[in-house]
Amino acid sequence: MNKIQNNKAWLLVIPVFVIVAFSAIIPLMTVVNYSVQDIFGPGQRVFIGTEWFKEVLLDERLHDALWRQLLFSALVLLIEIPLGILIALALPTRGWSVSLFLIILALPLLIPWNVIGFIWIVFARPDIGLAGKTINDLLSIDYNFTSNAFDAWITVLIMDVWHWTPLVVLLCYAGLRAIPDAYYQAASIDGASKWAVFRYIQLPKMREVLTIAVLLRFMDSFLIYAEPFVLTGGGPGNSTTFLSQFLTKMAIGQFDLGPAAAFSLIYFLIVLLFSWLFYTAITHISQ
Amino acid sequence: MSKRRLGLIIYFTFLLLPLYWMFVMSLQTTESILGGFSLWPRDITLANYTKIFTDQSWYSGYINSIIYVSMNTVISLLAALPAAYAFSRYSFIGDKHMFFWLLTNRMAPPAVFLLPFFQLYSTFGLIDTHIAVAIAHCLFNVPLAVWILEGFMSGIPREIDETAYLDGYSFPRFFLTVFIPLIRAGIGVTAFFCFMFSWVELLLARTLTTTSAKPIAAIMTRTQSAAGLDWGLLAAAGILTIVPGALVVYFVRNYMTKGFALGRV
Repeated sequence: MNKIQNNKAWLLVIPVFVIVAFSAIIPLMTVVNYSVQDIFGPGQRVFIGTEWFKEVLLDERLHDALWRQLLFSALVLLIEIPLGILIALALPTRGWSVSLFLIILALPLLIPWNVIGFIWIVFARPDIGLAGKTINDLLSIDYNFTSNAFDAWITVLIMDVWHWTPLVVLLCYAGLRAIPDAYYQAASIDGASKWAVFRYIQLPKMREVLTIAVLLRFMDSFLIYAEPFVLTGGGPGNSTTFLSQFLTKMAIGQFDLGPAAAFSLIYFLIVLLFSWLFYTAITHISQ
Repeated sequence: MSKRRLGLIIYFTFLLLPLYWMFVMSLQTTESILGGFSLWPRDITLANYTKIFTDQSWYSGYINSIIYVSMNTVISLLAALPAAYAFSRYSFIGDKHMFFWLLTNRMAPPAVFLLPFFQLYSTFGLIDTHIAVAIAHCLFNVPLAVWILEGFMSGIPREIDETAYLDGYSFPRFFLTVFIPLIRAGIGVTAFFCFMFSWVELLLARTLTTTSAKPIAAIMTRTQSAAGLDWGLLAAAGILTIVPGALVVYFVRNYMTKGFALGRV
């Protein structure tokens, strides 16, 4: 749709700008301020320029956490997006069961993130948890997420798939419902295969909601904190210490405000870069 | 058809199992949860639920969360509606940059930002008020609301606007009496997402409150004592956190199925 050029439209955007800027700009400036100073205590600070940025960028542990984080987010997207699309396609389109399915789908999304971790601690425990007990006894696989790094990793990943796939399903389902019946009728007259219907009708029509889903899932998985923190505490060893837990240790545990601020800004820029790439890629593919 | 049904059954079983486990835990004492494995609750007790409903320090957490989440949903919608209209109908200087800048506010890692947030809100004397959390949550909810609403609004043909203006409607009158009813489905869906993200957010809500506006998610972590966590109580509290949101879904469910058909998408 061609839009009308009209700069007065800014007047309609001002409330949003004010309300978001109130919480966004001053804290961001403060963090930038921390990142270029060495802070000894109240009133005692020295300007040190890019020192912290160099230190943070060269930190080996941070590189490990970054790779771990990238792998995690990549797996999350590779599992949750296709699974979400498949479930959305399989859901019934009419009848009483639709409401029931939608309500069940929303349930995991509504649990506070720390509580999700607590529930999975017990759920996955090998002695008293349903999942842990089943895997150990019925499938006779030796599984213990508190001592085995690989098990801990898989548990965090499955927990995230459990928690967030419904978001992708809800968005995709909504996108699919927006396709008029006439499209499907035309396709069946042409004798289009199921795959052709998906590729040339459903997928393009889901573009907008998929952009939202991919970006939301990328940002939130890249910033994941509460769930693995509660479930595994980052361990065993450092195997599930993702970036934001590493950052929190630095900022609160050791109270290294300067390096932590520098790290935050680098972290923010990484998220920004990837989000921009996804955003541009999805917008371009469709044109 | 049967393969599709089988897939759905497997997925929904996977979805419901942890929830079932939480429900089973909530009906037991912590001793019997830790005592051994059982597929269904033994020695069923409602003590955990009774404690939450009778202890003021517990149920006030739910009230606080509901107050600031509702405030946030209303503020987010009121601010986002005109902005989304502007983005969907007009092009103006810096519109694309503004749109992407709004999204960037979801991307900052919270840990280090909490301290300046606390300082900013205490400067305005807002610490431990519901409105503080409501405004802070606008940081990530307003951009999302603008984004979703813009999608819905672009699905409404512009001829409708033009006809209304020709008929002599002023912009506010057209917006309130013609346009908003047309996108009520989008408003319902957006309200659900705002409600959800504000309801589950913990770090900002915990940082900006001390006692009188403390959210339920922060109160739950205090079940930790020398003897360890009170798992039964925690699970009961977890079950109860789902209820308000489930009610919201129940009310917007029809919008999610039929209403979305109006959206551009």
